[in-house]
Amino acid sequence: MLLIRCPYCEAERPEVEFTYGGQAHIARPQNPSATTDDEWRDFLYIRANPRGIHYERWRHMHGCGRFFNAVRDTVTDKFVMTYKAGLPRPDQAELEAARS
Amino acid sequence: MSTFRIPGKGRVDSTKPVQFLFNGKTYAGFEGDTVASALLASGVHLVGRSFKYHRPRGILSAGSEEPNALLGIDHGPGRVEPNTRATVIEISPGLKTISQNHWPSLERDVGAINDVLYMLFSAGFYYKTFMWPKSFWNKVYEPIIRGTAGLGKSPIVPDPDIYASRFAHCDVLVVGAGPAGLAAALDAGRSGAKVLLVDEQAELGGSLLSETDAGVDGMTGWAWLKASVDELAGMSNVTLLPRTTAIGYYHQNFVGLCQRITDHLASAPEGTPRERMWKVRAKQVVLAQGAIEKPLVFDGNDRPGVMLAGSARSYLNRYGVKVGDSPVVVTSHDSAWLAAFDLARAGVKVAAIIDIRPAVPEHLTTSASALGIEVLLGWTVTGTKGRLRISSLRAKPIDGGVAQAREFACDALLMSGGWNPSLHLFSHTQGKLEWREDAQVFLPAKHIEQSRCAGAGNGNFGLAKVLAEGAEAGVAAATDAGFSGTVSAYTVSDELDMTGVSSRELPTDKNPSTAKAFVDFQNDVTAKDIRLAVREGFKSIEHIKRYTTTGMATDQGKTSNINGLAIAADAVQRQAPAVGLTTFRPPYTPTTFGAFAGYSRGGLFDVTRKTAIDAWAQERGAVFEPVALWRRAWYFPKPGEDMHAAVARECKATRDSLGIFDASTLGKIEIVGPDAAEFLNRMYTNPWSKLQPGRCRYGVLLGEDGFIRDDGVIGRLTTDRFHVTTTTGGAARVLNMMEDYLQTEFPDLKVWLTSTTEQWSVIAINGPNARNLLAPLIEGIDLSEEAFPHMSVATGRICGVPTRLFRMSFTGERGYEVNVPARYGRAIWEKLIAEGQAYGITPYGTETMHVLRAEKGYIIVGQDTDGTLTPDDAGLGWAIGKAKADFVGKRSLARPDMLKADRKQLVGLLTADPKVVLEEGAQIVLDPNQSVPMKMVGHVTSSYWSVSLGRSIALAVIEGGNARMGETVHIPMPDGTLRAEVTGTVFVDPENTRLSA
Ligand SMILES: [Zn+2]
Repeated sequence: MLLIRCPYCEAERPEVEFTYGGQAHIARPQNPSATTDDEWRDFLYIRANPRGIHYERWRHMHGCGRFFNAVRDTVTDKFVMTYKAGLPRPDQAELEAARS
Repeated sequence: MSTFRIPGKGRVDSTKPVQFLFNGKTYAGFEGDTVASALLASGVHLVGRSFKYHRPRGILSAGSEEPNALLGIDHGPGRVEPNTRATVIEISPGLKTISQNHWPSLERDVGAINDVLYMLFSAGFYYKTFMWPKSFWNKVYEPIIRGTAGLGKSPIVPDPDIYASRFAHCDVLVVGAGPAGLAAALDAGRSGAKVLLVDEQAELGGSLLSETDAGVDGMTGWAWLKASVDELAGMSNVTLLPRTTAIGYYHQNFVGLCQRITDHLASAPEGTPRERMWKVRAKQVVLAQGAIEKPLVFDGNDRPGVMLAGSARSYLNRYGVKVGDSPVVVTSHDSAWLAAFDLARAGVKVAAIIDIRPAVPEHLTTSASALGIEVLLGWTVTGTKGRLRISSLRAKPIDGGVAQAREFACDALLMSGGWNPSLHLFSHTQGKLEWREDAQVFLPAKHIEQSRCAGAGNGNFGLAKVLAEGAEAGVAAATDAGFSGTVSAYTVSDELDMTGVSSRELPTDKNPSTAKAFVDFQNDVTAKDIRLAVREGFKSIEHIKRYTTTGMATDQGKTSNINGLAIAADAVQRQAPAVGLTTFRPPYTPTTFGAFAGYSRGGLFDVTRKTAIDAWAQERGAVFEPVALWRRAWYFPKPGEDMHAAVARECKATRDSLGIFDASTLGKIEIVGPDAAEFLNRMYTNPWSKLQPGRCRYGVLLGEDGFIRDDGVIGRLTTDRFHVTTTTGGAARVLNMMEDYLQTEFPDLKVWLTSTTEQWSVIAINGPNARNLLAPLIEGIDLSEEAFPHMSVATGRICGVPTRLFRMSFTGERGYEVNVPARYGRAIWEKLIAEGQAYGITPYGTETMHVLRAEKGYIIVGQDTDGTLTPDDAGLGWAIGKAKADFVGKRSLARPDMLKADRKQLVGLLTADPKVVLEEGAQIVLDPNQSVPMKMVGHVTSSYWSVSLGRSIALAVIEGGNARMGETVHIPMPDGTLRAEVTGTVFVDPENTRLSA
């Protein structure tokens, strides 16, 4: 069972307090009607499936209730970092460098 | 009877005799014995038949790695467990044990014919033998395989024991209480760190329990062990957990421990759990799991009486049991010589030591000669004899001819192929391993977790090295956990340096086609099977393993993996790492389902949510059904009524006069704030801005993909406050979805969301007399048609209690839903029942609710929809706010696939025979005469007997259904094809006149 740091509670808590919310940084188009069918399809269904760094949304469901973002390594399962919703996506190269 | 017990030797308590049963016969042992040591003390080696060939098998080892001695144990009714290892089960008075996998008896077993048919059962025989003819699979092969599959008999009644579970946190978790683990725990404990020391055995000490030569710090090994355990037991910051197996090592130092509490006791206080699962989060972990001895691979190495030399030494030194009167040793490692020496010193005549090495350290041959043991260097065992127990062996020089072969009479053969570090838990963490070609072992290399390995499990053998490394690991772990300590130094005396080599299968002088040199004893895999697999093209150990099943038994190949790998690598002609090591997976040893389930069984298996009115329904004999986590009253049978009769009565009473229904389980979300209406505009398909306070609207919620997710009536209480209802099962999901959009997509909106499902009891009053019942009981709300029409909401009081009163209907009758604070729910319900007697008020359950709503064509999300229906598909196009620029899912409704005419659409069905009620889920076809497989165009979603109409009705989704009104469709069933006419979905009162009747 993983330990996850909630960036709002600023505390590590066991995985059972959290729920997964899919890939992060996929913003809903400001004006969906203006999107093409292909653009809308990509927004709905096309997701990354990386080996390694993955940007994810999690919710501290049984804690503060807030949605936040996380960087997780799909090889080790482990969290690299978590950060508040709305903050920019951490640079992948910097993350790789910080880990090695 | 215990003629093989040597008085005065061992650690068992000879003042405490214990009797137990093996195959119906009483055996005697002492407290401290395992089933294996007690049976060996009585001269019993034969304890089972092997899985595939039904070969007689004995006791191979003295620990949890045992692949052979698998017994069924019986602690009384329901306390039956198959496949337990005789080498770890402690004897207790009256314990019943039985051998497995034979008929009619252990000594005479019909299944042993498989051993003669060996050629049929070689590697991959399942894949090769049961290929064809195809028609044989269901009727012949599968029943045979199922009949012979598995080992032992499952218990057939529920387990009466209780199982506990708990969480724990510590600074340093030490796994294994051998010398390395003890040294680690001592120094970590002395630093003040909170330490957990666990060991799977009944007694702490590990290899020290079997060691009688070496001493520590001027004491004997056993004296040092006692002093160390006493010191640890006296430290308040140290917890000792014997009989506790670390079964799995998970992320971030989360380790599962299974503690066995009562199995070894003759009786335990009522309520004592049998086992307890510890879920430990440790800051640091020290793995001191030791090493497991490897068998040698030669023809007949599985015969009862053939066992690991180190284990024979354990039986002698720890349990005071000699495993035979005339043993022979065959080895490639020095350690087996010690077993021979200890046995000889105990008065046992050791016939010979056969070492495959051409030369060994001189001190060994000197000691052997002093003890009068014949030594054969550069020799090997080529075969064994004896039907149910070894009686002799053949040996010859490895490089010599058959002519030089000699026969040795013996009643035990003690073998050692060297020692292999136990890497299982380290491997669970995906820690990196490193291959040592010289020693032919994998060793732990890079740690992924906050852990370290120490002792034999880290490839360091010998007491002095092990203690030193343990102490170092203990201090390092404590330091990393924030403590400081000093590394203790230990002086070890009388220790011999142990050396050895590793080997593949040994040469045989037998016809190679009939030689059986076993690698995996539990799954009956021979060296030849592995070479055959390689010849047939398998090159990776992961494939070889699955094809031959080597290492795939419940022992996970503890004694066989490295031998199998060495032979495979030799066959492939590559180094072992290139062939690969199989992956170890939790649990380390077989673990009971009870321990995993813990408290989560019976009534505690899952949450059962009950409404405030639930107890009333139970007292009235309601039949319940589960709906999501809730239990809901399904129907209220009167004496003599079946479900059909009860539902018919409930339906009729509601349409004719008055029905009452507990709707408290409906999800309720309070949406408050200046932007509440705008938030609803964006979430639901409907427009909300113009909905006046005091009015309600039916809302449809889509996913972003345009498919229906939920629905419910939403009331506007004030301009900035909405009372939203959801389906019973959808409440949590809908709130999560709303929070998601509010927090991440619409953070600009000033809206607050609160779950109020459990705060309100909801009582639905339906029927022509609904208003007549409520009017005299309601204060502060004008119930007249003009002031409070259909789809209204108001606050007031009922019987003096505050209420949110809704005028709405899920039955098609005049309907009200009385919301009162949950603590008043039952009182108001009972008051309404009492006052309603004048109108024949009838409580109804979910089944009647379903019938009444289906007669009106009201859908149930999740029953009539399945996540692929749009509002148009479900006939809810009218609920879409066409003028709205956006709402969740709107864009998807314009995708090309969503506009196709042949989408499945919700329609009504009337069967040609009105008495026939279709089965929900039944498939629908257009042409009943087409060949199978037929083209299925839809399925029945709801189907009931309608009392109002005196006939059956159904709802269904059918491709292009809206354009098929009046057409006949067909529903093929096992006993004939049914016909039905496609209709609209509203069967009763299409003009909705009854809503205000
Ligand atoms: Zn939080």
